Amino acid sequence: MFDNLSTKLDRAFKTLKGQGSITEINVASTVKEIRRALVDADVNYKVAKEVTDKIKDEAMGREVLTAVSPGQLMVKIVYDELTQLMGGEKQDIVIKGEPAVVLLSGLQGSGKTTFAGKLASFIKKQNRTVLLVAADVYRPAAIDQLKVLGEQIGVEVYSEVENKNPVQIAQNAIQFAKQNNKKVVIIDTAGRLAVDEEMMREIEQVKRAINPSETLFVVDSMTGQDAVNTAKSFNERINFDGVVLTKLDGDARGGAALSIRAVVEKPIKFISTGEKMEALDLFYPDRMAQRILGMGDVISLVERA
Amino acid sequence: EKTKTSFFDQLSKAVVGKSTVDEEVLDDLESVLVHADVGIDTTVKVIDRIEKRVARDKYVGTSELDRILREEIADLLQKNDSGSTAVLERADREDSGGQPFVIMVVGVNGVGKTTTIGKLAHRFHSAGKKVVLGAADTFRAAAVDQLIIWGQRVGVPVISHGMNTDPASVAYDAVKKGVEMQADVVIIDTAGRLHNKVNLMNELSKIKRVMQKVIPDAPHEVLLVLDGSTGQNAFLQAKEFTKATEVSALAITKLDGTAKGGVVIGISDQLNVPVRYIGVGEKMTDLQLFDRRTFVDSLFSKK
Ligand SMILES: Nc1nc2c(ncn2[C@@H]2O[C@H](COP(=O)(O)OP(=O)(O)OP(=O)(O)O)[C@@H](O)[C@H]2O)c(=O)[nH]1
Ligand SMILES: Nc1nc2c(ncn2[C@@H]2O[C@H](COP(=O)(O)OP(=O)(O)OP(=O)(O)O)[C@@H](O)[C@H]2O)c(=O)[nH]1
Ligand SMILES: [Mg+2]
Ligand SMILES: [Mg+2]
Repeated sequence: MFDNLSTKLDRAFKTLKGQGSITEINVASTVKEIRRALVDADVNYKVAKEVTDKIKDEAMGREVLTAVSPGQLMVKIVYDELTQLMGGEKQDIVIKGEPAVVLLSGLQGSGKTTFAGKLASFIKKQNRTVLLVAADVYRPAAIDQLKVLGEQIGVEVYSEVENKNPVQIAQNAIQFAKQNNKKVVIIDTAGRLAVDEEMMREIEQVKRAINPSETLFVVDSMTGQDAVNTAKSFNERINFDGVVLTKLDGDARGGAALSIRAVVEKPIKFISTGEKMEALDLFYPDRMAQRILGMGDVISLVERA
Repeated sequence: EKTKTSFFDQLSKAVVGKSTVDEEVLDDLESVLVHADVGIDTTVKVIDRIEKRVARDKYVGTSELDRILREEIADLLQKNDSGSTAVLERADREDSGGQPFVIMVVGVNGVGKTTTIGKLAHRFHSAGKKVVLGAADTFRAAAVDQLIIWGQRVGVPVISHGMNTDPASVAYDAVKKGVEMQADVVIIDTAGRLHNKVNLMNELSKIKRVMQKVIPDAPHEVLLVLDGSTGQNAFLQAKEFTKATEVSALAITKLDGTAKGGVVIGISDQLNVPVRYIGVGEKMTDLQLFDRRTFVDSLFSKK
């Protein structure tokens, strides 16, 4: 839908051709078009409404350059707004403490275990010693999965096959790290739904017991409208520090990123872009805005004009 | 926040006894549907249908309107939801010409393919059918182990060549074993893959072709698993997987959460593929047959 957003916007403006600026009358229908396009990119419906209201205010009275169409100008205004909403500039992960502890959380299948491996590899490359911890005691072969990844990247994995208590496992792992000179501990946890009270209490307890310097919420970039509910619930329970957006090697627009940012006001710190251990990137708000809009060329066109 | 009743109350107030539906109500309906991931296009389609019905029938009453709305949405879902129950019977050697009924399970990463296979195996096994599983995800770390654990849980054999082997030859062997063992059902697990990766999609077509060397009309079912919390990208997933493997049925997982999975309404409508199963948890009993009515009702309920 976004591929032809600027065409659509141009059409909406067409009847008022010859006008030099964007006015109340000609902006109304385009705002609706933009809202729909955002929703199509999986931006939460409410968030999309708030964003488009802001955009409307921003657009009013703007002079239309002869070099660009009103539609293109609108797209540029939308792009700027989205970039700003997603935090402007990037924020780094906080790795502090002796050892520093990073806790991962998120829904089932979002990509936590894979990301645990990637982050471990990323930190190892900075010449810090890392320990991966298998605290998912539920999913079949979860421990094996982490062990395979650990082996691939040459990072030790701490696990207790018989222990079904993630709080204990995490605490024991930290003791182990201290004794074995591991500077950073990354804890992989089981996937859980925000409505699963027992499981949410568990992750709360894990967090309380180990006091991580960084707690990350891992979310699939293909997530739809529910991203907002989930992020909100996880944030209320464990007050996470940042978000990891996964599977961005797909073709999802990733509107969930915008929704989460708008609702919980926590920065997105990493993006995951593949199944291989190297497929990890830092998050750049402007790139994400372009992705949600799906139209980098229009933006550079307006910027040149 | 609007509750289920207040939404219908409002809808009724603005529509009952009128021949048109007013803007505000349609905005509310749009909000409910979009929040359920139904998507704009399908939502507009539903709204159009409601407007037409209201214009035609005139003076609709409250309960009628409620019914019309649910009917119109349910209608967009593939008509034959009897297909859901039928597959249990269809998954029978008799019906597939004395050969095992082969199900190939596909989908993007992490949607719940392997878990759904465990649940399906349990379902068939409990119905007294002989089931064989094929571990053709030889790529994702510990994927084979995961399926083997499911096989042990359910009590059915898993055919595997281990990790990093050729998935097509695992599928071939699993189907062949199924024939030899006179199994009723063979279910093939495949690695998660994003639909925009051409090589990986071609690999699926290959796995499918190789199985046909054993049973010419296999697989009898290609089950695309969609994560219920996925947004509009599910459309592209369904399109691309259908292109590569002719998807014949859908399963929607993780509906035990707050996501509604509304995107399947448009998918089922456009691609003419029935939704057969829903996943409602991580246990082997957490699989249900899809029911259109219940599903549509859940779109309007607050969880
Ligand atoms: N294409 C792609 N696949 C990914 C990415 N991140 C993870 N995956 C895949 O997504 C699937 C799920 O990843 P996991 O790391 O097992 O997810 P999880 O959150 O640990 O899952 P649970 O422990 O079951 O909750 C696997 O097939 C991964 O290979 C990514 O960035 N891109
Ligand atoms: N709550 C809930 N979790 C589910 C459901 N189905 C699967 N899961 C969980 O989702 C995660 C991923 O499931 P898998 O079966 O490994 O998914 P997959 O599609 O095989 O993943 P890959 O092979 O890595 O692509 C696991 O943690 C499952 O327990 C469901 O219906 N409800
Ligand atoms: Mg995991
Ligand atoms: Mg799997």
